[in-house]
Amino acid sequence: MFSHFQNLKAYSLLTPALLLITLSGVIPLGFVLYFSLHDSFFGNHYIWVGTTWYEQVLSSSEFHAALARSLGFSLLALGIQLPLGIAIALKLPTEGALARIYLIVLAIPLLMPVIVVGYIWKFMTIPGIGLLSGMVEAGLGQKYDMNNPLVVWITLLLMDTWHWTSLVVLLCYAGLRTIPGPYYQAAAIDGAGRWSVFWHIQLPKLKLVLLIAGLLRFMDSFIIYTEAYVMTRGGPGVSTNFLSLELIQTATIQFDLGEGGAMAVIYALIVVVVSWIFFSRIVPPKERGRTGAA
Amino acid sequence: MKPRFSILPVLYLAFLLIPIYWLLTMSFKTNAEIGGQLTLYPHHPTLASYRYILSEPSWFWGYVNASAYVLLNGLLCVSVALPAAYAFSRFQFFAARPLFFGFLAFRMLSPAILLIPMVQLFSDLNLIDTYLAVALAHCFFNLPIAIWILEGFISSVPRELDELAQIEGYSFSRFFRKILIPEIAPGLAVTVFFCFMFSWTEVILSNALTTIYAKPIGAIMSRVSSVFVANVAMLSAAGVLTLVPGILVVILVRKHLARGFSLGRVDL
Repeated sequence: MFSHFQNLKAYSLLTPALLLITLSGVIPLGFVLYFSLHDSFFGNHYIWVGTTWYEQVLSSSEFHAALARSLGFSLLALGIQLPLGIAIALKLPTEGALARIYLIVLAIPLLMPVIVVGYIWKFMTIPGIGLLSGMVEAGLGQKYDMNNPLVVWITLLLMDTWHWTSLVVLLCYAGLRTIPGPYYQAAAIDGAGRWSVFWHIQLPKLKLVLLIAGLLRFMDSFIIYTEAYVMTRGGPGVSTNFLSLELIQTATIQFDLGEGGAMAVIYALIVVVVSWIFFSRIVPPKERGRTGAA
Repeated sequence: MKPRFSILPVLYLAFLLIPIYWLLTMSFKTNAEIGGQLTLYPHHPTLASYRYILSEPSWFWGYVNASAYVLLNGLLCVSVALPAAYAFSRFQFFAARPLFFGFLAFRMLSPAILLIPMVQLFSDLNLIDTYLAVALAHCFFNLPIAIWILEGFISSVPRELDELAQIEGYSFSRFFRKILIPEIAPGLAVTVFFCFMFSWTEVILSNALTTIYAKPIGAIMSRVSSVFVANVAMLSAAGVLTLVPGILVVILVRKHLARGFSLGRVDL
C-alpha cells in the first residue's frame, strides 16, 4: 500500500532524526528498563529479578502520595492557567508598539532558567525581608509561614502561573490571529454579543491550540523538579515531594537503580498514555493523508 | 474584532514584571541591606555582585558554556528536524503515524527519568564534560518538538510549490534553501524559541553531564547557594545576567512570534 519509492525517500530523510533520538532517548530508556528488571551489586553485577521492583513501587505508599501530589499540582496548574491564558489573550492589543512590548515581556519568564525562577520566588517569600511575604504580612497582619503546606502550595502554584501562563497566552493569541475578519463581520450583522462571539467563533477556533497548550502544560507541570526543589526541597515534611523529586532521590541519593528504574518506567507510561489521548485529538488519523490544502 | 481596552493585560504585565524588578533591585543591593529589612529599591546601590561575577572566570565561563551547548543543540535539532518534518508532512510511508507519536512521546518525558542512564551512556562514550554531551542529551526533548512544529508549518505550504520547483529544475537542497525555508520562517523562529526554552533553562541534565570545564551557570549558582549560606545579592545578579540571552532571543524572533505560535496547525 505504500510505494517503495515513498518509503525509501521518507526513511532516508528520517535517518538522522532516528539516529539522534536513538542515542539521546531510546538507548537511555533501554538502560532504565534494564535497571528496572535487575538488582545491581557493586555497580556492575546485575541479577534478573523480574517484576520485583515494580511490585515494590506500586505498593509503596510514598509513591502513591507523590503521584497524587504531582497529578493534583498539574490539574490545579491547568485549571488556573488555561482560563487565565485565554482571558488575557482575548484582551491583548492586536497591533502597534504596545502589542510588540506585550509579546516580548510575556516571553521573558519562559526563557528564564528554572533555577532562577526558583530563587526569585524563594527570595520573594523569605519572612520579613521578601517582597511577597512583606506585602502579605503588611496586608493581612499574618506571618508568611513557609512551614504551612497550604501556603507553600499556593506559593508554588503562583510561581508556576507566573512562569508558564505566558505560553498559554502566546498560543491562544496566535490562534485568535488566524480567525478571518469576515467571521466577526458576519457575527456583527447577526447581532451576536461578545459572549456568543467567544462561544461560537473564538473558542472553536482555539480548540486546537488549547489542546496543545493543555498537553504542554500538563507535561511540564507534571515533571516539575528544579523550581520546587530550590523553593522547598520537598517540604515542609513531604508535602511538596513531587514525582520527579521522589525519583531523583531514589535514583541518585539512595542510588537505588532498580527501584528508581521501575519508578521511571511507570512514570513514563503514565505520561505516554496521557499524551496519546491528547495527540489523537490534535493530530487525527485523517490528517496524515491530507494534500497540503491549508 | 478589536479588543476594547482592558485592565487585565496591564495587571498581568505588572504581575510578570514585579518579581523581575525585585530580582533587579536585589542584584544592586548589598547582602547586609537585603538581610536587614524590606526595602523597595536599593538605598546604597552597588555593582559589587556584577563586578565579581564578570571578573571570576568560573562564573563568567558558566554563561559561555551554557550558550555554547544551547547553540549547538539548536543547530543540531533544526538541521535534523527539517528533513524529518518534511518526510512526515509529504510522504505516506510505513509506520508514519506511530513513529510521529513515538518522537513526540520523548518530549513528554522528564529529565529525571533519563538522568542516570545518560550519565552512564555519555561516560561510556567519553563525552562527559563536553558541550556535545549536553547538546545531544537535550535532543531527546527538543528534537521531537522541533519536528512537530516544523511538520505543521511545512504542511501549511501548498504541495504545488514542491512540484513547481521540481519542474523548474531545482535540486532538493536548493528547493529547501531557496523556497521552503523562507516560507516557514515563523516556524523556524518558534522552533528556535522552544529549543532555547528547554536547553537554556534546564539544569538537571546539564549539571549531571558536566564536571569542571563545561559547567553551565545554573549549576554554578546551585553550588554557591549551598556553600555560602544564601549569598542572595550575588545569586540575584547572576540571575539577572541569565535573562540577557533570553531577551536577545525574543527580540530576534519577535516578528514571528504572533504567527509562529500558531504552530502551523490552524486549519482545523
